[in-house]
Amino acid sequence: MRSDLEIIDEWVQPNIRVLDLACGPGELLHHLMSNKQISGYGLEIEPNDLNTCIEKGIPVLEQNIDEGLQNFEDQSFDLVIMTHALQQFRRPDLLIDEMLRIGKECIITFPNFGHWRNRVHLALKGRMPVSEFLPYNWYDTPNIHFFTFQDFELLCREKDIKILRWAAVDGHLKDHWWIRSMPNLFSETAIFHISR
Amino acid sequence: MPDVIPADSVGIVKPQIAQFDTPLALSCGQTLSSYQLIYETYGTLNETASNAVLICHALSGDHHAAGYHAMTDKKPGWWDSAIGPGKAIDTNHFFVISLNNLGGCCGSTGPTSINPATGERWEASFPMVTVEDWVESQARLADKLGIQTFAAIVGGSLGGMQALEWSIRFPERIKAAIIIASAPKLSTQNIAFNEVARQSIRRDPDFFDGNYLENQTVPTNGLGLARMLGHITYLSDDAMGEKFGRQMRHDTYQYHYGIEFEVESYLRYQGEAFTKRFDANTYMLMTKALDYFDPAAKTNNDLSAVLSKAQCEFLFVSFTTDWRFSPERSEEMVNALVKAGKQVSYAKIEATEGHDAFLFPIPRYMSVLNTFLTRIANGLTTEASDAL
Repeated sequence: MRSDLEIIDEWVQPNIRVLDLACGPGELLHHLMSNKQISGYGLEIEPNDLNTCIEKGIPVLEQNIDEGLQNFEDQSFDLVIMTHALQQFRRPDLLIDEMLRIGKECIITFPNFGHWRNRVHLALKGRMPVSEFLPYNWYDTPNIHFFTFQDFELLCREKDIKILRWAAVDGHLKDHWWIRSMPNLFSETAIFHISR
Repeated sequence: MPDVIPADSVGIVKPQIAQFDTPLALSCGQTLSSYQLIYETYGTLNETASNAVLICHALSGDHHAAGYHAMTDKKPGWWDSAIGPGKAIDTNHFFVISLNNLGGCCGSTGPTSINPATGERWEASFPMVTVEDWVESQARLADKLGIQTFAAIVGGSLGGMQALEWSIRFPERIKAAIIIASAPKLSTQNIAFNEVARQSIRRDPDFFDGNYLENQTVPTNGLGLARMLGHITYLSDDAMGEKFGRQMRHDTYQYHYGIEFEVESYLRYQGEAFTKRFDANTYMLMTKALDYFDPAAKTNNDLSAVLSKAQCEFLFVSFTTDWRFSPERSEEMVNALVKAGKQVSYAKIEATEGHDAFLFPIPRYMSVLNTFLTRIANGLTTEASDAL
């Protein structure tokens, strides 16, 4: 399992109701359903991922998140999760508002564009970074927003969103102390657990 | 006509008839003292009778869903593309039952049957039947066949309404409901379309208030017109445009009311062909059953409340260009089930065919059905080995 998913697994309480936005092939939900007895739904639009979820028995709904989440009632889930997808949607700020409307708490993970390797790449080569972790060119990337660990923190502060806890990971490492000391520089993936 | 039966066909099938002599109290207040249902089965019922799948037909469907009745048949059953060995509804795993609903005109008791009380055809006096009545009669058929629980109940359009009703009415008798291009109740526009269809039949001078057979005639003009209207609403604008465009019969306009555009010829043909195989009273009854269906009416229009009784797993499928039963209608049911905390999945399939898409073997659609049902089938095997 991806390292950000392992950390989320540690944070999730058993027997809760979870909505996983852009759930992909349902890896996290599958794990949480069998290990934490959560009940959950995934939202996805990629046909193969949907089929994989259906194959595994993970409830999955075909819904384009950019077209809105109005169909979900206020505070109808204990937890709304979005892993590695926030950067792909039109208005991440409004999406976070929606996630906090639907869920009592949210967990969001995203690629930290402030990672030192990205900084070096841009500084030395003068071109947008392409890495193993962000393997796209600027023109074909599904990632339409690039932001850093600090940018996200700042947005939370502006919106009066509580950060319940956070983690920062580099590749396969977990919360290593030197990542934790300077997450904006060293984390490849940022993980935030937030609420209103 | 098949020269040889394709390997993935259920082959030559023979309809069977089940006779019921326990009176059936109908929603309309009347009672059918006895009736019969015609049905077909494909595949083999397993020892624990746990692998049965019920197919519920739509407005103009019947019991002949798959295979051929004879080598001289021009076409196989109406959903042959989805039912058979190795197909989406795999008869290697499932025992598939398909029946003609009560009020039908293909062998089950309906307006063209003889009313035992009078010795005459029922015709206009045949009572109104509803989705609830159908589900009740289907449950009795299941009893007769020794099936306590269905592995899945599958239906498109009006058939989907029956699957939904099953999940509410007999929650313990259904493991999975597959509801395709359907709705929890008709929209006003849909009721309006149905009313135009009915009026076109009723205003045909050959209708005789529904007792046309007694008068040795059939309201072919009205029924044909109803079908033409229906046909337009089952297709998408794009699908019709792609198929016919403004293709003309002659090189130049003829300035007459005969066939100018090919689409006119197509609709007339469809209307006429339908009158040869379908009964007008049945058509009207089926449209009324559609209109009346509204399970949430019992719970203050709270669909989620009425669906809270359901215990089965749900799969919903809709098609992007379907405007008669649009994706939003499927989503109403999906949202209600999410609210009720039920196990539900939903796929919105890209398709050009409009409402008719549910009858086409669109690869992604078939794949979703097959993936879902394969898991259901695997679950049956696990349960069987658990029982040992």
